[in-house]
Amino acid sequence: MATKVVMEALSPTMEEGRLVKWNKNEGDAVKTGDSLAEVETDKAIMELVARGDGVLRKRLINEGDSAPVGQLIAVIGTADENIDALAGGGAAAPQAPAAAQEAKPGAGEQPPQEGAVPAGPAPDSAAPPAQERPRDARTSVPDDAAQSQGEASTPPQERDRRGAERTSTGSQGATLGTGSSEPGDRVRSSPLARKLASERGVELTTIQGSGPGGRIVKKDIEEAAAQPSAAQAQGAQAGKERASAAPAARRISTEGDYQDIPLTQIRKTIARRLAESIGPVPTFYLTAELDVERVAEMRDSIIELGAEYKVSFNDIVLKAVATALQQHPEVNAHWLGDKMRYFNRVHIGMAVAVEDGLITPVIFDADTKGLADISRESRELAKRARDRKLKPDEYTGATFSVSNLGMFGIEHFTAIINPPEAAILAVGGVEERVVAVDGAPAVRKRMNVTLSCDHRVIDGATGAKFLQTLRRLIENPLLLVY
Amino acid sequence: MNRALLRSMLLQRRFEERSAEAYALGKIGGFCHLYIGQEAISAGALSVLRPDDYVVTAYRDHGLALARGMTARAVMAELFGRRDGCAGGKGGSMHLFDSKLNFLGGHGIVGAHIPLAAGVAFAIKYRGGDQVCLCFFGEAAVNIGAFHEALNMAGLWKLPAVFIIENNRYGMGTAVSRAMANEDVTVRAATYNIPGESLDAQDVFAVRDAISRAVERARSNKTPTLLEMRTYRFMGHSMSDAVSGTYRTKAELEEEMRRDPIILLKTHMTGAGEIDDDAYAKLDDEIKAEVQDSWDFADASPEPELEELYANVVVE
Amino acid sequence: MAIVTFRDALNQALREEMQNDDRVFLMGEEVAEYNGAYKVSRGLLDEFGPMRVVDTPIAELGFAGIGVGAAMVGLRPVIEFMTWNFALLAIDQVVNAAAKMLYMSNGQFRMPMVFRGPNGAALQLSAQHSQAWESWLAHIPGLKVVTPATPYDAKGLLKSAIRDDNPVVFLEGEMLYNTKGEVPEGEEILIPLGKAERKREGEHCSIIAHGKTVLIAIQVADALAKEGIRIDVIDLRTVRPMDVDAIAESVKKTNRAVVVEEGWEVCGIGAQVVDYIQRECFDYLDAPVLRVHQADVPMPYARNLERAAKPDAQKVTAAVRKVLYQE
Repeated sequence: MATKVVMEALSPTMEEGRLVKWNKNEGDAVKTGDSLAEVETDKAIMELVARGDGVLRKRLINEGDSAPVGQLIAVIGTADENIDALAGGGAAAPQAPAAAQEAKPGAGEQPPQEGAVPAGPAPDSAAPPAQERPRDARTSVPDDAAQSQGEASTPPQERDRRGAERTSTGSQGATLGTGSSEPGDRVRSSPLARKLASERGVELTTIQGSGPGGRIVKKDIEEAAAQPSAAQAQGAQAGKERASAAPAARRISTEGDYQDIPLTQIRKTIARRLAESIGPVPTFYLTAELDVERVAEMRDSIIELGAEYKVSFNDIVLKAVATALQQHPEVNAHWLGDKMRYFNRVHIGMAVAVEDGLITPVIFDADTKGLADISRESRELAKRARDRKLKPDEYTGATFSVSNLGMFGIEHFTAIINPPEAAILAVGGVEERVVAVDGAPAVRKRMNVTLSCDHRVIDGATGAKFLQTLRRLIENPLLLVY
Repeated sequence: MNRALLRSMLLQRRFEERSAEAYALGKIGGFCHLYIGQEAISAGALSVLRPDDYVVTAYRDHGLALARGMTARAVMAELFGRRDGCAGGKGGSMHLFDSKLNFLGGHGIVGAHIPLAAGVAFAIKYRGGDQVCLCFFGEAAVNIGAFHEALNMAGLWKLPAVFIIENNRYGMGTAVSRAMANEDVTVRAATYNIPGESLDAQDVFAVRDAISRAVERARSNKTPTLLEMRTYRFMGHSMSDAVSGTYRTKAELEEEMRRDPIILLKTHMTGAGEIDDDAYAKLDDEIKAEVQDSWDFADASPEPELEELYANVVVE
Repeated sequence: MAIVTFRDALNQALREEMQNDDRVFLMGEEVAEYNGAYKVSRGLLDEFGPMRVVDTPIAELGFAGIGVGAAMVGLRPVIEFMTWNFALLAIDQVVNAAAKMLYMSNGQFRMPMVFRGPNGAALQLSAQHSQAWESWLAHIPGLKVVTPATPYDAKGLLKSAIRDDNPVVFLEGEMLYNTKGEVPEGEEILIPLGKAERKREGEHCSIIAHGKTVLIAIQVADALAKEGIRIDVIDLRTVRPMDVDAIAESVKKTNRAVVVEEGWEVCGIGAQVVDYIQRECFDYLDAPVLRVHQADVPMPYARNLERAAKPDAQKVTAAVRKVLYQE
């Protein structure tokens, strides 16, 4: 039985991928899990792995070509299997047969048309869950029941699958679901897993299910959710190991990690009017000039301890921001349209310039991490970002972002909020300025920070108070280790 | 007495005529089987009963319900599907019930109520009572197993029941001759070792006499009886059936209508000086007014509350 | 505590209720002089006489109807079918008469009666004598359908059924008559109809069963307990009305369920249970609910084929492992 290789959604937002490099040639033996190709998503370069065993019989797109998610790009089969029907793209792809003809690796064969998408569910087309009927539906009157039946009708693809399950096992006197995998890359998950995931803010797409056909089940969610809290409990001493520990688990915000605040009428009005006034995210800016003389002193003393202790100004700023955010959940927040979400955990997105753009890897639970951890992690993340090796779960899930252009000699700038986050801090460079100290001019190391605030969530005074806390921490950096 | 019989028969007749009208107007729905032509049986038979006796019948039940004493209002309101019907609008034409009158329905499956009558008679005997249970059914029902099983046990156990075949000669559109190997249905009584009798049931006095004898046998000796009441229905099988239809001729119908039981009784009473045309006309007017009143009453009666849908499915 | 058989527990229930209430009588084929085809009515004729323990001709439709008529005028008949397979001949009386009388008379005529008898397959009785009818009967509004699994439940439920003012279908697993269990003496046992009972407590998976299959469920639960798999066994006891709360409570706890029944798959009791589960517990399910039931064939005679057709501990265990993702 041949296995179709389709362009998979390798990031949560990916709609199309560019095949950077084939890692297998036609005729190579492949096993499930082998890397077939490197694919550039909208965010990073990811590996596309085999979903079946056999021989890579056919590659249907060339290196450098793009394909929409779901498009057939290769076929794995046994060495002598006739794959014409598959490689031809089937009925759904009239143009594809041409692409399949005598395709040779690296040769300039005709690229498949974008329309040649094989029939099959798109990644986000998971069947909608049947609506739960009200508890008293079992005593409801018929007209009501008729309506409920309509609501509860089985989505067609589910129906097909169930029918197949029944006939396959009915003769054994037991209706046992086969749990067989289905084509496409719909996220399979149990209703309970979906509910728990939604409660705990877990993205199902980031989890590998342990159930039949990769179904995500309760255990998977619980394990995923348990990992960050375990990491928290381990504390700073485990920091070194943790820096490279499974990031997939760390990015999760579970129930209890945040509070959802329903919008009050005044909040709604503010949100609407400000949005009308300035655009979708009504932003205002608060700038403060901070004295970083003591930060510089502290940094110097740390560096004196040895090269392995080297920290940057930015690391200390990140640490200070994380600590301040912990005290100001009203700034460590998301705007979710119908509510505001205040986080109890601090995941700082760290804007990193890459060759052709910008990406924001996340330092999870930054408030619980020591300076050394933050420093190491930020260095590694920045490097991986520039190498385009970040995984999707390493650049999603931030509760607040920091952008630092100090290294480019920028004194002061404003950063654009990354929705649904409610704020971002722009950090300028450290420079010596003449300022009045105790009534006398003095040369001090100074640094500008500007907080961009989503006014729907954060009011002026709220943002100002956060900056006040940040100033206190930056100007008294011993508080960061207190 | 005779006047009471006449009144009962005339009430049934006028009631059924207006039922047909109401059906045509859409006020009555579903199946509706009229009793016109067979009134001597109900009036004669039930005139013999005591209030504590029991009556159970099939779906052609309007006439028997009225003869048993249910008000025209209660029956008409039931036919209209209204709250004041004898079953609150939940039974309809085929399922008329009145527990106070020991009127046990109104059953829609041919022959299936015959064992019920045997059960009622069993209960009478069980308690040592002296009531009887009268069970009415069409001649076509004798061909179904329930008839045989019930009569066998009634004969075997000597149950105080009277099984009354209303032989109107057609089971829906099937003539007796096309449905029974032996048209003499009274021979079946011998099978169950019980008395059997056949009579002209357009003659209300003949009906009274035969029922009286059978009831007495049941009351005193706990012996069931099978009676064949030879009659004729002047209407179709139900409201969805033509009056003469394809299975019987108009000539036959007209011939039979000459032996209208009401006319026979009126003629007898006129001859005996018990009634004259004026008195008859006056009685008829009275009855027509009563039926009109039942119509008005039924029309004014509200539909059942929607909560009734779930009421009386089970005893909570 | 006395250990009695299922059949004797039923006998006790009949005897006690006939002693309590002289409106109660037992009618059916071979119930009196023969002492019952399955000896459930042993000794009752001697104690209560032929008017209250009544042998009938072979005429299911007729004597079921006699029961209905007697119930209409206030007696409390217990109608025994020699097996429920024969009751099909009487189904018109059960469905068209008993179940509907209260409703179509708008509450005027109650049906305080019990239709009872052996149900489900025994051993090598072949196609016409090996059938479980509960899903047919539970389909009918107006009926209550009771399926006891243990002698204690059999006694308590039959006594309640006889006292109930509704027509109660009482299905006695043919293979259960010889099973034994504790039934305390000198104690009034009345078990409310419509209440399930947890027969084993566990949090890993629910098994929902009724009648004979409860014993299978218990067997499976006890075996799996040795592996540390703890099963919540819910014995429905009454399949109509069904104790949806008990089902939902269990499944919400375990997130997984296997539904077992003797009958066939299509439109079975299990299908109804699964419907309740998806309605009440959708967000609590961590695995598809699986069913174990008789193979979708008439019951074969040959010993091996019959065994293959019936639900058993092995099939139930396999289903449990499947919903636990243990395969």
